[in-house]
Amino acid sequence: MALTRSVQRTRRLKLQAFRIAIFALAAVFFLIPLSAMVEFSTRANNGSRTLEYWQSITTYPEMTDAIVASLQLAVITSLVMLVLLVPTMVWVRLKLHRLNRIVEFICLLPLTIPAIVLVVGLFPMYIWLGTNLSDSILTLALAYVVLVLPYCYRALDAGLGAIDVKTLTEAARSLGAGWFTVMWRIIVPNISNAILNATLLSVALVLGEYTIANNLLYNNLQVELVHLGRASAGTSIAVAVGSLFFAFVLLVAIAFVGGRPRRQRADPVAAVAGPLQASQA
Amino acid sequence: MGGRRFSLDWLGAIPFLAYVAAFLILPSAIVGVGAFLDANNSFTLDNFVHLSRSYIVTSTIETTFVSAVTALLGASLGALLSYAIVTGSPNGLLRRLVVSASGVLAQFGGVTLAFAFIASIGPAGFVYLFAQSHGVDYYAHGIWLFDLPGLNLVYLYFQIPLMVLVFLPALDGIKPQWREAAESLGGNTWHYWRHIAGPLLFPAFLGAVLLLFANSFSAYATANALINQGQPMLSQQIAGALSSEVGAYEPGFAKAIAIQMIVIVTVVTVLYTVLQRRTSRWL
Repeated sequence: MALTRSVQRTRRLKLQAFRIAIFALAAVFFLIPLSAMVEFSTRANNGSRTLEYWQSITTYPEMTDAIVASLQLAVITSLVMLVLLVPTMVWVRLKLHRLNRIVEFICLLPLTIPAIVLVVGLFPMYIWLGTNLSDSILTLALAYVVLVLPYCYRALDAGLGAIDVKTLTEAARSLGAGWFTVMWRIIVPNISNAILNATLLSVALVLGEYTIANNLLYNNLQVELVHLGRASAGTSIAVAVGSLFFAFVLLVAIAFVGGRPRRQRADPVAAVAGPLQASQA
Repeated sequence: MGGRRFSLDWLGAIPFLAYVAAFLILPSAIVGVGAFLDANNSFTLDNFVHLSRSYIVTSTIETTFVSAVTALLGASLGALLSYAIVTGSPNGLLRRLVVSASGVLAQFGGVTLAFAFIASIGPAGFVYLFAQSHGVDYYAHGIWLFDLPGLNLVYLYFQIPLMVLVFLPALDGIKPQWREAAESLGGNTWHYWRHIAGPLLFPAFLGAVLLLFANSFSAYATANALINQGQPMLSQQIAGALSSEVGAYEPGFAKAIAIQMIVIVTVVTVLYTVLQRRTSRWL
């Protein structure tokens, strides 16, 4: 008895030592480059600290334009995604059960098509769009909706799976509610957490998008970061570290606001995990 | 009656289906069909013949190499980190922070990750300046950060977090009772890992390696932000054939490289799915 207890104690000590070593190594590998960005963006020529680079962000109109454009793209993408996805997913659950698998497959498809491949197909489409409709950078949102589809689908699927869509809808309908009322006043409030998750994920994804914008020759935030990096590395790194922390805050918000610790499937941050859960579902 | 309701129900799915048809299926079809067309839109296999150009072959080999190295290293290191996380509190602050940070690093910052390394170990980064002032010049034989070795290092910065995200659920599936059962039968730690946890986790691990491989095989942003001379990665070759800047606008060829990439990624992903199914039988 005493023997097993001491065996367990040494094992626990060993485990603790292992954990501390791993976390320390991970901290070195991950935190040094991040803190280096902060250090670099506040370094003055004479070796002292300065906020000059951060203040100079506003003196680059291309950069502020790009930041505004990326924020607008994030809003538009999220809205289109929600309007497209939420009613469809509810409708499929209620009326078109045999379509469920197909919708899921379509939504997860962008995970297996690299963005650089998608951009090759989008290229002639955007040339056509540019000459016939609009060459505004905001048209990128049309492609971004497809890009965020897998992540938002998972977040919303988890939310809808946690409520009884059918019973709620039938109850509301039998009391005389129209379809719009059902959606807006019954479904949406019940999956507000999932909607928040999906929105934050798509905002973060759009703000970090580079491949599509760069190859379709639009200057969004990330493309401008690379351009500016050649002219003023300090300013560019200041913006980069700012946007990275913004994305981090968004994801932490998901983990804490949306994260009632339910089952693995409902874990919103795990929705970022890639095709794993898709194949398990 | 039945027929009418059937068609009305389908109307509800039409906006979604029309949207994905326009912005997902159509571009995919443009790639798939366009790869077989020449500049005059007549059928040709030349685009695929061009895949044998030496710079494409070199790119394919180098991309495969970088992807394999970062997948294996990323998966191994990521698995260790996941194990360190999973042995802590399941809803603890540490776990949530690490998972959130992994989400950011794995998905949202290709360009930023390249910048992070330029700012730290790059020629003007404080790590390099510090090492240099202590007599260590790790760029004595050239600035490898802006070349393939650097790419490997920076790719690890998103491969390890991705591994954490995909491997944590598998580790969560390991039940402590299994270890107790092994011990009550007289097994020690080595027996437990060799005969129980190891075989159970191996398919999940192998699957994750494949996923990581596909991930870096198709990555573009980091490579493009880090390396602006030459285009070593296959994704950069696609972009190069697509842009007119280099004076080599070859849309058909871009589509052929895209198809080559997607064939490789699909094969890897299918294997991954098979392994995943095997894992989920137990975990």
